[in-house]
Amino acid sequence: MSTDVTDRSGPGIRGDGAVGADNATDRRVRRLLFGCAVITVLTTLAIFFVLIDNAASYFFGAKLTEMLLGASVERTVTFTEFFSGTRWAPDHATPGHGVLPIVFGTLAITVGAAFVSIPIGTATAIYLSEYSSKSVRSKLKPTLEILAGIPTIVYGYFAIAFINPVIVAPIAETLFGINMGRYSLLSGMLVVGIMTIPMVSSISEDAMSAVPDDLRNGAYALGATKFDVSTRIVLPASISGVFASYILAVSRAIGETMAVTLAAGMQPQITANPFAEIMTMTAYMVKMARGTTAVGTVEYQSLFAVGLLLFVMTLSMNLLNDWFKRRFQEEYR
Amino acid sequence: MSTEEQSLITTEVQTENTTRADRPDETVLEARSLDVYYGQDQALTDVSIEIPEHKVTAMIGPSGCGKSTFLRSINRMNDQIDACRVDGELSFHGKNVYDEDVDPVALRRKIGQVFQKPNPFPKSIYENVAYGLRVQGTVDDVDLDDAVEQALRGAALWDEVEGKLDSSGLDLSGGQQQRLCIARAIATDPEVILMDEPTSALDPVAASKIEDLIDELVEEYTVVIVTHNMQQAARISDRTAVFLTGGELVEFDDTASIFEDPADDRVEDYITGKFG
Ligand SMILES: Nc1ncnc2c1ncn2[C@@H]1O[C@H](COP(=O)(O)OP(=O)(O)OP(=O)(O)O)[C@@H](O)[C@H]1O
Ligand SMILES: [Mg+2]
Repeated sequence: MSTDVTDRSGPGIRGDGAVGADNATDRRVRRLLFGCAVITVLTTLAIFFVLIDNAASYFFGAKLTEMLLGASVERTVTFTEFFSGTRWAPDHATPGHGVLPIVFGTLAITVGAAFVSIPIGTATAIYLSEYSSKSVRSKLKPTLEILAGIPTIVYGYFAIAFINPVIVAPIAETLFGINMGRYSLLSGMLVVGIMTIPMVSSISEDAMSAVPDDLRNGAYALGATKFDVSTRIVLPASISGVFASYILAVSRAIGETMAVTLAAGMQPQITANPFAEIMTMTAYMVKMARGTTAVGTVEYQSLFAVGLLLFVMTLSMNLLNDWFKRRFQEEYR
Repeated sequence: MSTEEQSLITTEVQTENTTRADRPDETVLEARSLDVYYGQDQALTDVSIEIPEHKVTAMIGPSGCGKSTFLRSINRMNDQIDACRVDGELSFHGKNVYDEDVDPVALRRKIGQVFQKPNPFPKSIYENVAYGLRVQGTVDDVDLDDAVEQALRGAALWDEVEGKLDSSGLDLSGGQQQRLCIARAIATDPEVILMDEPTSALDPVAASKIEDLIDELVEEYTVVIVTHNMQQAARISDRTAVFLTGGELVEFDDTASIFEDPADDRVEDYITGKFG
């Protein structure tokens, strides 16, 4: 049998030199892309590690790495105090290490914002996808995208300059007789809610527009109204995308920093008064990071404990989103 | 089987057919000089036709001649298409459906439609059939379970889905899905059922089930069906309308006359496959 490949006349599918070179390029491209993917993963892991490492020194007086090198463990802050204490003042002369007030601040803002962004965002999405004419949609969609692109600090000043003094303060004064300061929980809720409307509406709208017209026509032919079609066909059929937009908006609200600091203030407290100043976890972290606290002190390390907690909160939102996506796949084909 | 038995069956079928054909014509739908445009393009030109009640009327013609357009202008599904404009008159029981005071939603509750591609909702079989009753707000007046069962029986699907009404309509086969869509359409008890190539996405066995079903449906409903299949039109319809390119209704007559002795040469050419 001949081993000379050139002797055989193949049907034109034999790889010649050019194909071989293509394969080599393919391999290089693949390695490059893989390298980029690895960098992303490594960065995430590094952040997670730094958070845990430093948070350990908040609770145990030594970083994980130091402990491995034989540093002695000394309980500085107990988990009980951290998770159940209601006074948060790590940098005070008589420090308080209860994280609840700032967790309350973050959750209150998040829930309040969701009450603004979810109904308005969903309604906007339904309007854009089902009701609006082409010309209206072509103007409204870009406007929403501009809204989504405004830096959050601008929203913060919008809250300071407008929402708080013009909307919230007069309500507090005339309806409740409360004399309000420059910051309030309510204005934080409103500004974060407004900020996240475009996120809900544009992602939900994409999901709704992806529902095939066959389904709409089937419903219209049965004598369904536009409202029936929107609420009983389009919304259920696109529910996983719509829900994903809610989760994203909520995650964004949890992690939101600048706007919320400027709108809601820096006063850690658990309160039912929407006109009071509060502090979120992110606001605390800003305060610590840019403050005068010496690196390595317990109050400085509290930054990482709070950061880790925040990370866990947004991570669980992501996991919830994944679970929901798997549970409610878009069923239409 | 004896030949006697066989001939008996044949006569029986024939008798049934004669009774249906012998029924006097009551016009239920009537188009008069109907023109339909998509933007600048005219899809239907001066169509006039009287569609009789409790009969199967077939629409045939080459692709793009406006059959679907005509069907959609009956239940005003063309309203969904921005560029579409309708001129002329289309009346349902003598009332022009394009009059100002006609509500297309109410109209569609009287005139159901089955589409070319089976399009069950991503819901359970039960909810698919119940959907029409729910949106029409008639759920309180009827026993829903009973209505769903009746509709599924009417669509010859009950025996196949009886035990699994809660499973998704999308898990059925294509032919079953199409019968589910028919069940969905008859659940609300319309007067007319429009079918746009209801069997073109189905295999011959599933298609013949639908054909048998149409034969039964016409006892209670008026059926208007678009088909590309001449044999199908010849088999199941009482009347046949032939559209040709340009959106013209060229001939409309008893199915037998159309297929045996068409008046128009172009129709004869189309039917014998010379063009189209
Ligand atoms: N939504 C639409 N927008 C613009 N033009 C359309 C639209 N639907 C149909 N048309 C045009 O109208 C004409 C008739 O189309 P129609 O779908 O009614 O034909 P048909 O007879 O049903 O064809 P087929 O047998 O292929 O289904 C065609 O020229 C088509 O291009
Ligand atoms: Mg068609």
